[in-house]
Amino acid sequence: MTYHTVAAFTQSLSLVLFFVLFIGVVIYALWPGNRQKFEHAARMPLDSDDHDPTLTRDTGGRN
Amino acid sequence: MLSKHGVFERNTWLLSIGILIVVAIGGIVEIVPLFYLKSTIEKVEGMRPYSPLELAGRDIYIREGCYVCHSQMIRSLRDEVERYGHYSLAAESMYDHPFQWGSKRTGPDLARVGGKYSNDWHKAHMTNPRSVVPESIMPAYPWLAQRKLDVANIGEKLKTQAAIGVPYSEDMITNAAADIAAQSNPDADGADAVKERYPKAIVANFDGKADEVTELDAMVAYLQVLGTLVDFTKFDAAGPNLR
Amino acid sequence: MAATTTSEEMSAFSDALAVLGAAIAAILGFYVTIYSTDAAMKFHGAVLGVGAVIGAIVVLNSLSSKGGERPYYHDGPIKFAAIAAVFWGIAGFLVGDIIAWQMAFPALNLDLPWTSFGRLRPLHTSAVIFAFGGNALLATSLYVVQRTTKARLFGRWSPWFVVFGYNIFIVIAGTGYVLGITQSKEYAEPEWYADLFLTIVWVYYLIVFGGTLLKRKEPHIYVANWFYLAFILTIAMLHIVNNLTLPVSLTEPKSYILFSGVQDAMTQWWYGHNAVGFFLTAGFLGMMYYFIPKRAERPVYSYRLSIVHFWSLIFLYIWAGPHHLHYTALPDWAQTLGMTFSIMLWMPSWGGMINGLMTLSGAWDKLRTDPVIRMMVVSVAFYGMSTFEGPLMSVKAVNSLSHYTDWTIGHVHSGALGWVGMISFGALYCLFPWLWKRKGLYSIHLVEWHFWISTVGILLYITAMWVSGILQGLMWRAYDELGFLKYSFVETVDAMHIPYIIRAGGGALFVIGALMMAYNLWRTARGDESIDLEDQPRVAAAPEIRATLAPAE
Repeated sequence: MTYHTVAAFTQSLSLVLFFVLFIGVVIYALWPGNRQKFEHAARMPLDSDDHDPTLTRDTGGRN
Repeated sequence: MLSKHGVFERNTWLLSIGILIVVAIGGIVEIVPLFYLKSTIEKVEGMRPYSPLELAGRDIYIREGCYVCHSQMIRSLRDEVERYGHYSLAAESMYDHPFQWGSKRTGPDLARVGGKYSNDWHKAHMTNPRSVVPESIMPAYPWLAQRKLDVANIGEKLKTQAAIGVPYSEDMITNAAADIAAQSNPDADGADAVKERYPKAIVANFDGKADEVTELDAMVAYLQVLGTLVDFTKFDAAGPNLR
Repeated sequence: MAATTTSEEMSAFSDALAVLGAAIAAILGFYVTIYSTDAAMKFHGAVLGVGAVIGAIVVLNSLSSKGGERPYYHDGPIKFAAIAAVFWGIAGFLVGDIIAWQMAFPALNLDLPWTSFGRLRPLHTSAVIFAFGGNALLATSLYVVQRTTKARLFGRWSPWFVVFGYNIFIVIAGTGYVLGITQSKEYAEPEWYADLFLTIVWVYYLIVFGGTLLKRKEPHIYVANWFYLAFILTIAMLHIVNNLTLPVSLTEPKSYILFSGVQDAMTQWWYGHNAVGFFLTAGFLGMMYYFIPKRAERPVYSYRLSIVHFWSLIFLYIWAGPHHLHYTALPDWAQTLGMTFSIMLWMPSWGGMINGLMTLSGAWDKLRTDPVIRMMVVSVAFYGMSTFEGPLMSVKAVNSLSHYTDWTIGHVHSGALGWVGMISFGALYCLFPWLWKRKGLYSIHLVEWHFWISTVGILLYITAMWVSGILQGLMWRAYDELGFLKYSFVETVDAMHIPYIIRAGGGALFVIGALMMAYNLWRTARGDESIDLEDQPRVAAAPEIRATLAPAE
């Protein structure tokens, strides 16, 4: 098994592997069922940060 | 299966591991083979480690940041080969820790500057570049001729280089300080020993001052050896070196 | 607020650990000062020692001043880093402009070691990338991670150690260059002991950032944080591998890099290009993904696009390094890989640009009314331009002309001044009123001036470098009718004179703009009454007082 056979094999394999992974990421991103989740996530910076979230949710606060 | 990315979006550890795997691949593929593919470094004759004086000069070259304006890498392009000489081989920098290929030519390439100018020219040029090249924009380095070369740790430096793979022998390390004195004084007894340990080394009073070894001695000795070591009459680019 | 015993014990434990850490650092620093054989290294030991003593005093001082209600978010270290970013920004831009004038008039090197170009150029690059850019990234990442996770920063003193320690590193690195301490690897010049210290600081940065993500109160990790996390992790990997070195002895600064020649060159540009890819791109994309939506008060254009372009960007970027080594002694297969991936990189880069620009869709009027938004949007436009130019220059045929010339310098600066500079200025203009709880900036009209003066400066800079770079590249390869090289090297240097003056002038405008910003932000932080509050958007005010202001329009 020479370097060149190993290289040719891994090169082809990784081409397929990364292409499949990329397609997977694209399908995931476009999957209709995920729309709601992304829309919520996109609004995260816009959530009002003008008050102390501890007042409603967190009790400890100190660390 | 299709909602798996959500795991990354919700799990800090998985996101971190995913990122690390994705960013590690490119480096592994591009860097690791260079260490074991034999074709990476050409077979040549003549390469040797720097003499102690040349190495001291190289350290000053690095200290003054010469690499920000001067490359030491002649590309395989017609105009560069005609301007500077044979394109640079990987073998020519195999003892360069770190490499000095550079990234910008505000000044000319220095890969083969050795032997192109006289020691006196270099002395005048380093002290005031515009005295020999009126249009030059290089800074002047007058302090090099005034500073005595610090040779206290030169043996340690060779030893460190030996530890990371540069073939310095016991003999070379023991005689490091003596070789510095000898290479900068043609009348010294050790001059022949320097040439024997470091073939093609130029022994000269580089800075014109006989009484002491200055930083300028080291700098010029370094510049004069650049690109002069490989014997190109015995180099066959199309033979086993073709890659 | 009644604290439980456990949390008090916890904080006492943290205080003790912090003092212990400072004591160890101080001992180490002063040990170096006493035993080093090198004057500059002695000085660096003292910098570390004094810094540690100051840190210990701050910690001990806080013990006596307990009480008072602690704000939910931990913003002290963020304020520190934000101020440091402004300070180092001006220092770095100024040194850059000085060396630009040196290239036009070499007498300005003053014939002194400490002021010569070869030592000041690393000072400039490190000051702008690591000191200005790094502090801007520290400030914004620690701000964004808290606001998008609704969690307080992880650690009690660790965030302080990160920002303070990072700036100690900057001082050691910068003074080292001036005193001649460098390992000559571009953008990784600091010697082994500074590198070790930075590694410790960086691990703490990862712990603080990752720890905050782990204790978040939102299920989802917002996209800006992915970019920041990729930046922190990848820079750690790059920094460690590229700085593998063997010191000559433990009492002197000199070391020799483990790798040599072609392997070292590949490692260096794997590092160097990804300092661009992950420090100057991924980190600042994190900034873009928070501050543009926040300032525009609109969600990011496409969250789906951000997922796709995030993974594509970090996967492709890491391969691009060899395009710095075209036609060199690097094997051809590596050069080809580098070129191919650099060209592919164009797509995810433009994915980020589209996402940033289109966030404004439906609200383009904000470009006219809010100069802070305009600054950030123009920065994204510069990002788009330089990520088009980059793949173009990585094509071997183009690179044979552009490499080693000022074209590269111009390309770098359209990214650095246009993208990194402008997005950071925008973020700082947002952050100062928010952190210091002001109703707005001291003056939004001054921001307008800053915007125009630096835009003109950048355009002068880039066009001058296009002219000088392409001109010099063509002159190097010009042949006369007899087949000889037409120009000697120094003739091509002479031809650069006018472009160099124009470039230095453009740089000076950029420095003036930054000075205006510093003045504006200083007046804002000091609490001076804003002179043009009526022209500022509601979002310019700190979140706490935004609600109390009259509704916009």
